Amino acid sequence: MQQTSDEVLIQRIAGGDRLAMQVLFARHHVRVYRFVLRLVRNESTAEDLISEVFLDVWRQAGRFEGRSAVSTWLLAIGRFKALSALRGRKEAELDDEVAEAIEDVSDTPEVAMQKKDTSGVLRKCIEMLTPEHREIIDLVYYHEKSVEEVAEIVGIPENTVKTRMFYARKKLAESLKAAGIERGWP
Amino acid sequence: MNATMKNAPEREEIESLLPWYAAGTLSRRDTARVEDALANDAELARRFEMVREELGETIIVNESLGAPSARAMKALFEKIDVEPARKPAVSFNLMGRLSEFMSSFTPRTLAYAGGVAVLALVLQAGVITNLVSERSGQAPGLASAPITAPVQGVQAMVRFAPQASAAEITAFLSANNAMVIGSTADGNFRLLVPGKGDASEIVKKLSANKVVSSVLPVTK
Repeated sequence: MQQTSDEVLIQRIAGGDRLAMQVLFARHHVRVYRFVLRLVRNESTAEDLISEVFLDVWRQAGRFEGRSAVSTWLLAIGRFKALSALRGRKEAELDDEVAEAIEDVSDTPEVAMQKKDTSGVLRKCIEMLTPEHREIIDLVYYHEKSVEEVAEIVGIPENTVKTRMFYARKKLAESLKAAGIERGWP
Repeated sequence: MNATMKNAPEREEIESLLPWYAAGTLSRRDTARVEDALANDAELARRFEMVREELGETIIVNESLGAPSARAMKALFEKIDVEPARKPAVSFNLMGRLSEFMSSFTPRTLAYAGGVAVLALVLQAGVITNLVSERSGQAPGLASAPITAPVQGVQAMVRFAPQASAAEITAFLSANNAMVIGSTADGNFRLLVPGKGDASEIVKKLSANKVVSSVLPVTK
């Protein structure tokens, strides 16, 4: 069974087709939510933001020119909304949320290492990356975005995408080393 | 040092592509470059294994984030409900709708239909060449096309069945001597059946075919 393409759904949405909107939402909302959640670190805010993202799609579908994939467009809108929401928050609120995020119930990399859980250590180190580095790791590894697509979503040159990915991986390797896992790189 | 890894900058460049190679999002050309390098560089292959580990654990981290509640969708459609009513697009975007229609077929079906269409064009060109040669008694040359009157016939609006294949539609058009001359915003196609046949009989005949789900006569 072949799916209706995202581009066709956008065309129908531009004509006011609510069912096409439901299909597009069902197809992409979880990934958009996870991407936004990793940026804003608050589930309720992330839920509010994804409905805003798809509302923008409803309003702007007629202007979508298909020069990038629909999923790339959605993530770019999501990122913009998330950063706007973060800028709108008070410093104190932000500090509280960051503190909550740090007070994680799971093991620290060191504790995970003591349990010989190297995969767990790696996951912990990924979670502890800076937002900038985590974002690029997520876009490349989880959202399967090409160099060009990451450049479009984040709004940076393609060479910067590669450099940022390199430094994100380097930081990851350093965190692993600090937790007792030496990978011999970089 | 092997032939692929001639210098350090090239090696660094290939290494910088490993995350995208692991995710399968590199261009065909870069994929070939990385594969070539991996086959000849054991250290690069070892580092690629690290990338694969990172990719796997990143997926697990993201999948553990869960999913939004139904509240998000409910909120979205509540907002859409209060949006200004939107008029359906009235532009005659034939290519867009044909693209939508054709996207419902599998690549194999499209390839088959494309092959049939090319064959038909070649045959048609052959027939025309023969006719011109026979009538003029000489080889065909450049000439202005004669001005012809609009083709007379019966027109009908047709909606094709979703499960109809391109080959079935081609056969349907051919069997009824019909041609597509336009389409509408809601996915209907305007057909012309040339000749002076009875409109109701032609509509009835078109309706009887399983490749169409609805046929409506067009009054001029």
